[in-house]
Amino acid sequence: MTATRLNTSGTNGDHFQSHYIPSTVDEQAEMLAALGIDSIDQLFADIPDEFRNPTLDLPAPLSELEIQQELGQMAGKNRPMGSGPSFLGAGAYNHFIPAIVKALITRGEFLTAYTPYQAEASQGTLQVIYEFQTLICNLYDMEVANAGMYDGATSLAEATLMACRVTKREKVALADSISPAYIDVIRTYCQSQDIVVEVVDPTNPSLDGETACLVLQYPNYFGYIEDQQKLVDAAHAQGALAVVSCDPTAMGMLQTPGHYGADIVTGDGQPLGIPASYGGPYVGLFAAKQEFIRQMPSRLSGRTVDKNGKTGYVLTLQTREQHIRRERATSNICTNEALYALASTIYLAAMGKQGMRQVAELCYHKAHYAAAQIGELPGYSLPISGSFFQEFVVQCPTSPTEINKKLMERNILGGLDVSEKVPNGMLLCVTEMNSKEDIDALVAALSEFK
Amino acid sequence: MQQGGNRKTEKLLLQRSVPGRVGVVLPGLDVPTQPMPDDSMLRNELALPELSEPEVVQYFTGLSLKNFSIDTHFYPLGSCTMKYNPKINDEIAFQPGFAGIHPMQPVEQSQGALELLHKLQGFLGEITGLPGISLATLAGAHGELGGMLMIRAHHLANGETGRLKVAIPDSAHGTNPASAAMAGFEVVELASDKDGNVDLDALRSVAGPDLAGVMITLPSTLGLFDTNIVEVCNIVHEAGGLVYGDGANMNALLGRVKLGDLGFDVCHLNLHKTFSTPHGGGGPGAGPVCCTEQLAPYLAAPMVTQNGDAYDLFTPEKSIGKLSGFHGNFGVLVRAYTYIRTLGNAGIKSISGNAVLSANYMMNALRGVYHLPYDRTCMHEAVFSADLQKERGSSGLEIAKRLLDYGFHAPTMYFPMIVHEALMIEPTESETKETIDAFIQALIDIDREVTEDTELVNNAPHTTPVARLDEARAARQPDLRWQPETAD
Repeated sequence: MTATRLNTSGTNGDHFQSHYIPSTVDEQAEMLAALGIDSIDQLFADIPDEFRNPTLDLPAPLSELEIQQELGQMAGKNRPMGSGPSFLGAGAYNHFIPAIVKALITRGEFLTAYTPYQAEASQGTLQVIYEFQTLICNLYDMEVANAGMYDGATSLAEATLMACRVTKREKVALADSISPAYIDVIRTYCQSQDIVVEVVDPTNPSLDGETACLVLQYPNYFGYIEDQQKLVDAAHAQGALAVVSCDPTAMGMLQTPGHYGADIVTGDGQPLGIPASYGGPYVGLFAAKQEFIRQMPSRLSGRTVDKNGKTGYVLTLQTREQHIRRERATSNICTNEALYALASTIYLAAMGKQGMRQVAELCYHKAHYAAAQIGELPGYSLPISGSFFQEFVVQCPTSPTEINKKLMERNILGGLDVSEKVPNGMLLCVTEMNSKEDIDALVAALSEFK
Repeated sequence: MQQGGNRKTEKLLLQRSVPGRVGVVLPGLDVPTQPMPDDSMLRNELALPELSEPEVVQYFTGLSLKNFSIDTHFYPLGSCTMKYNPKINDEIAFQPGFAGIHPMQPVEQSQGALELLHKLQGFLGEITGLPGISLATLAGAHGELGGMLMIRAHHLANGETGRLKVAIPDSAHGTNPASAAMAGFEVVELASDKDGNVDLDALRSVAGPDLAGVMITLPSTLGLFDTNIVEVCNIVHEAGGLVYGDGANMNALLGRVKLGDLGFDVCHLNLHKTFSTPHGGGGPGAGPVCCTEQLAPYLAAPMVTQNGDAYDLFTPEKSIGKLSGFHGNFGVLVRAYTYIRTLGNAGIKSISGNAVLSANYMMNALRGVYHLPYDRTCMHEAVFSADLQKERGSSGLEIAKRLLDYGFHAPTMYFPMIVHEALMIEPTESETKETIDAFIQALIDIDREVTEDTELVNNAPHTTPVARLDEARAARQPDLRWQPETAD
């Protein structure tokens, strides 16, 4: 065997031997010869000369070893929730994730597959979506669920647009107790559609015959449980739809939006086995009454048979979607968050009937234990009365942002400063991840900040 | 031994459920029991499965084996850029310092994440020549919506309330017209000329005071670089409109040309295509929006800024608002950052070079066997027509299904809509020449089968877990979830 000179520069003209690209110089030469040309650059002759091959100023390439070191250092500048007691929620939650979720979603057969348009080659993904639709329907007590949206915020925004299509009305009422981020996203989605967005008081929502929907969050952004039956009935009395964004973890114990008669139920699937990951990727949950199915956005997997009578699954009712209906589609959504719909399905399968109930109850009891302790501290109070699930608002003696800084000195991640809504208000979240020891440490620390 | 394992997957989760089994054991309650809410507030039934952990693992593993994927099959799906997804990218994104951080935690506790996002903004600006970047949009179509809302906001800010039309080529992906409509525009379809470029006369006829802009995919979904692109941008700009770029096909152009230099005002990128993040069976993606400095004040919130050594989130001055709950699909952004950092200048340029070389090599080898409606140098993908085979009895669909029997995923079929019996094939840079040669041979063999044994082709696939499915029945009698009363 002759010695091969190693090219250590890695930037030999048009040839860079990346470990992700198999073709060698020799193979490139063979392919170019078949085309009767002698350089790759000739393939780009359609690009006007003055713009072809611009200077590109990216940092020098790194080996995998260097990548691990550099990105490990970058990750080290963040404070992950697992590194100490964490009491932050407000739309993204710290829940236990069984090891099997990551083990299964990182199987290449799931991870590196495309959208299952080619049904015979995608039965795994299609059956998973069908399972996901089934379990989300059962969780919310609804009749039909889709294959998922981007996140909880966009699910809710698409639900408001859908309510306008269903009712042929152009005004939506949002309870002022839903997430401010959700309100912002709904406004962005509605800005170009001539839809009027009103923010209403959920204790006395002013609705009229022009209102397409009343939009609620359950439990609400502050963790509290509003009178769902009264609010759903108020919407229906005006011919409006009741649209509810609902925390899936709470469904382990609380009465369902379906029971109260909600028309469209959305949620963020993040609590179902998905890491907080600085805000994404998550999966948007989206369920509705059967009668509205043709107005739903996003994909649906349906069960059918093959030509031999064997059960199989296909994407169905696609005439709602952009690749068929183009500008008249129910939504522009194409790529969604299928991998995280899979994660949620695995999570729900593993947690099951008993696990979901246990998680919900652990969150409930721990949150109420924490609230009771903090509420008795001098200078602290619980300004909002009523039932809550795993989040609650504490009125602090001083600025919550300042208190959070002091908590972080003890490596405790405090709650969200909601002073804009409640003077010196801190929105705290307690889940099954917080031990009694964590909670007691939080209470002890708060007692010192007056 | 049965190939691909022998765990049965026919029964669904709820059909497998056995009362009393558990899949997870949780810690006990370590605080005193608290008063429960009124019974009326609690649910009675919760129809979730009861399964042990091994059953869950075996069921989902069994299902995974019924998929084609990049790791198991060549996946030449046109316009989808099904390239290799590096495993290191997943490892980096899953480490606790990234996967375990809360989106609302104080920025002081998220400096590493913000630093990564800020640098990624810079990389994508450099690659596109469009320096204003928002990473907050969660997929390609989501980026399109953001970009089109920016165009709308720009015209409204200039008092141009009458610019309500958006022109879109007839070859465009369906998300383009759907996104334009969601952004409140009326869609006008633009014809393509005989070379597959935008028909300039058709464009001139709509380039008036009511034109908000155009949406152009470059290279087009025909796999062609539009040789009139600079003229297209000029015509639109002279009429007061803006040019939107659909970045779905950016794999062809990496390091070869910058969209900003050509005259594009705003575009999105599909990080789950060009920048190798795994498609996950239909997502997650990420669709960052890149724009000129002029349009940057309209970008979706939040963006990341650097002040000295510190990074922070901010909302641009005239932002169209928030389009997602938090800061974008961070885990996907981490993967794309890792990919760009691994490759550098030469590697990025090597992607487009090898992707375009492979596509042309394949196109050349199949010329004469399959009809080429636009026979010119292609970019990263080639669009054939199965017209010749259809005359002999097999359509594009049947050829695509037959490819599954050869162990190759089917190409994109019947798209773009302006090509009869379209087969759109994108090999990507990460496949070996041996694989591409084997794929070429398979298409040649299938062409022969169409003549010699039409039924064999038309009844394909024969080797997949199911045969061709009854889609009409699925649509007529929708069965979208398992219910005990309808159980089979």
